[in-house]
Amino acid sequence: MAKKVAFLQGNEAAAQGALYAGCTFFGGYPITPSTEVAEVMSVELPKIGGKFIQMEDEIGAMASIIGASLTGAKVLTATSGPGLSLKQELIGYACIAETPCVIVNVMRGGPSTGMPTGPSQSDVMSAKWGTHGDHPAICLTPASVQELFEETVRAFNLAEKYRTPVMIMPDEIVAHMRERIVFPEPGELEVINRTAPSVSPAEYKPYDTSFGDVPPLAAFGTDYRFHVTGLNKGQDGFPTTKAAWVQDEEERQVRKVEGNVDDIVQFEEYELADAEVAIVAFGSTSRSARFAVNEARKQGIKAGLFRIKTFWPFPEKQIAALAGKVKAFITPEMNLGMCTGEVKRCAEGKAPVHGIFRVDGEPINPGQILEKIKEVK
Amino acid sequence: MSQRYEIRFSGAGGQGLILAGVIMAEAASIYDGKQAVQSQSYGPEARGGASKSEVIVSDSMIDYPKATVVDALLALTQEAADKYSHDLKEGGVLLIDSDLVKNIPKGNFNTVAFPIINTAKNEVGREIVANIVALGAMVALTGVVTKDGAEKAVLARVPEAFMELNKKAFQLGYEKAIAARA
Repeated sequence: MAKKVAFLQGNEAAAQGALYAGCTFFGGYPITPSTEVAEVMSVELPKIGGKFIQMEDEIGAMASIIGASLTGAKVLTATSGPGLSLKQELIGYACIAETPCVIVNVMRGGPSTGMPTGPSQSDVMSAKWGTHGDHPAICLTPASVQELFEETVRAFNLAEKYRTPVMIMPDEIVAHMRERIVFPEPGELEVINRTAPSVSPAEYKPYDTSFGDVPPLAAFGTDYRFHVTGLNKGQDGFPTTKAAWVQDEEERQVRKVEGNVDDIVQFEEYELADAEVAIVAFGSTSRSARFAVNEARKQGIKAGLFRIKTFWPFPEKQIAALAGKVKAFITPEMNLGMCTGEVKRCAEGKAPVHGIFRVDGEPINPGQILEKIKEVK
Repeated sequence: MSQRYEIRFSGAGGQGLILAGVIMAEAASIYDGKQAVQSQSYGPEARGGASKSEVIVSDSMIDYPKATVVDALLALTQEAADKYSHDLKEGGVLLIDSDLVKNIPKGNFNTVAFPIINTAKNEVGREIVANIVALGAMVALTGVVTKDGAEKAVLARVPEAFMELNKKAFQLGYEKAIAARA
């Protein structure tokens, strides 16, 4: 049978990806340019017995998905910059309470209310440093409608596998543009479910590290009962200030992600084998970059593209390896240098890094990148 | 056709131009088996303000999703004509509403003008289908999608009760554009 094909908007594809992954709860507070995610979930979830709740604000929305996740549901919220700022306290709570959840954050101009309908890529640092304290961070930055579907499925998989919040951050262009999408059949993409406890309710501890760095999570509403807090916690979930234990706990939480970068980090290399100039880009900007690479190659310039699919954890070793091979990096982004700073850190001075920054609500066009390629080649 | 064909629908927010772009792209992508990307840019207003919807059609993978050098431009308001005609290529198609765009953008364009909104209002009977009149005209002038594919894409988007209205709007736009070009 022919596969189902549709012409979809990015946000609609994110919602469809969430449903494919088994999401049954959405708590949100609609905000441009992410509103269509909420719209689709509000229509589709009731059909499958799921729940859609529009909360009183973004903080409440984040709280609702943490609560729903603890009952065993796969959960989603969707927001944009101003909403992400409000959610940060509870994103930290989800990190320390080790509650799987997925946050779609469509990047628009900021700070504050900024430019609601203009594209941006300036929330990627908020994805890692927005909530205080050391914590694990996973952030995916897809570049097409099809990829937004697939990466949303992967976001759920990573959230469930590592018991942690996962952010998926399309820029406004990727979220609002429409492209053809081929829906994967059920079973075609991997869908990971969280590990259920193998011990009896009496023996169960929600943070029992004898099961490894990611202890099994029981569902509220079953016979299992446990304590959940934003304080540093012991194996039983109750607060503790025991120094050695807290040190280990903090390190374990970060290690869940930092110790599994090869499982989490994905990227795409295009024309890099003999490249002298490497463009490092993500989201819609990577599409401008690909266009520019093709144009440069036509003119005999050896340019290539490293496309970041997983922004956090950052593809450190790949960029470091590239730094030893190319003459220069170019980092176009719709912010004032967030990715550029990371590339510089990884390159350790082995190759110069030339940023192209745009925050005027317009995309970086291929011509701008091509010009820079010619300048630095 | 060439590798990449860029179409821009522009006017005021609320005129349905984003939808016109979406339907054109669906015609290309779903019914004609080509690659297509549709994107848009609009202000925070629900009505008014300059609005544009861009469609890229190609035989191969489309990387940059926005316009670079526009092959065909529709402008339904003077503001849109002034704001969005700067990157229309030489010899490109320029379709304007002859009642609303009095200062025709200067350049070596294939300009086609007819009263698009008035056609919808007085000949089809509903101003709200002006976007479909414009779409029919753009299909005729660009030739980038088939007439059949475009009509199917229009009808797939419309509720049963409004099929005939939209069919008529599409057909009139198609015919008037050809007549106006001649």
